[in-house]
Amino acid sequence: MSILEQLEREQIAKLTAERSVPDFGPGDTLRVSVKVVEGTRERVQAFEGVCIGRSNAGMSSSFTVRKISFGEGVERVFPLYSPRIAGIEVVRRGDVRRAKLYYLRGRTGKSARITEKTGYVAPTADAPEAEAAPAAAAKETK
Amino acid sequence: MRTGVIAQKVGMTRLFDANGSHVPVTVLKVDGLQVIAQRSQEKDGYVALQLGVGKAKVKNVGKPMRGHYAKAKVEPKRKVVEFRVSPDALVDVGAEITAAHYVPGQFVDVAGITVGRGFAGVMKRWNFAGLEASHGVSISHRSHGSTGGRQDPGRTFKNKKMAGHYGVDRVTVQNLKVVATDIERGLIMVRGAIPGSPGGWVQVTDAVKRARPKDAPFPAAVKA
Repeated sequence: MSILEQLEREQIAKLTAERSVPDFGPGDTLRVSVKVVEGTRERVQAFEGVCIGRSNAGMSSSFTVRKISFGEGVERVFPLYSPRIAGIEVVRRGDVRRAKLYYLRGRTGKSARITEKTGYVAPTADAPEAEAAPAAAAKETK
Repeated sequence: MRTGVIAQKVGMTRLFDANGSHVPVTVLKVDGLQVIAQRSQEKDGYVALQLGVGKAKVKNVGKPMRGHYAKAKVEPKRKVVEFRVSPDALVDVGAEITAAHYVPGQFVDVAGITVGRGFAGVMKRWNFAGLEASHGVSISHRSHGSTGGRQDPGRTFKNKKMAGHYGVDRVTVQNLKVVATDIERGLIMVRGAIPGSPGGWVQVTDAVKRARPKDAPFPAAVKA
């Protein structure tokens, strides 16, 4: 293992000890609690929307959440291991067949729906169901 | 003036700071850095330290250098560099300098050899805009255009920016902040980019344009 991989792994271990990353993938509806500083006060703000993609790059891993706010589409990219994120909660599991749901950008209302995934099994080390979970999420727990 | 440090560029990564913002860092590795020789005012006319870093195979080291290393009683080194120091900052021959030489928060200058780009055109080398894509331009879309006047001055001025060899230059980046050090593994993490590709040798010195912090070890962080 190279020095850089080792450094990143240590960083990730330290950051996930403070806040664990749940298993999620594109299509899932997430509620991301973001720490916001207002003047001198710090509070937690929730950003709820559909995860339309994940980027797996060690320490630099990120995910994109899209929501419709007052009729306007809003997308936010969060660093997966950012200490500015207080928590990530999976609200709903979506059944999708793409890794990146960029097709949602052109759609609103009925056509932008994602069917809910039934019979979701959290990936474990040896269960074959782990294959069914989004590949990105499965990779994360390894 | 303290001695500098020879380090190997490992690569870049990112860290989170106390506020949770990303800090891009270059990781530098200091491995087996030892003093090989001293240069003195009386003998050489200037005061400096010759340092060596890394580990070279004996078969790859020539006889004169083998003798030089033997005189200092150090293992053969991969890279040897001299650093000018003030007379009070001399370090004994054979002493090993560690990554603790720099303290987090201090500023350093880093010199390295940039990535070679071969014979490069003016657009890459000098950021020229090139010619237009259409409107009658043929073949010369990436050319530099005119290089001078008419009958007067009747020549192209010297140092006109033109195509040519680009890269493999020694470049110093000033005032880079040391974000963290790892003394066991001999790592120095410096904010920002550093010339050269991973694996290249760089020279780290105290920033010329900033005061050295008081807690930085003087004359050097010598391994006990």
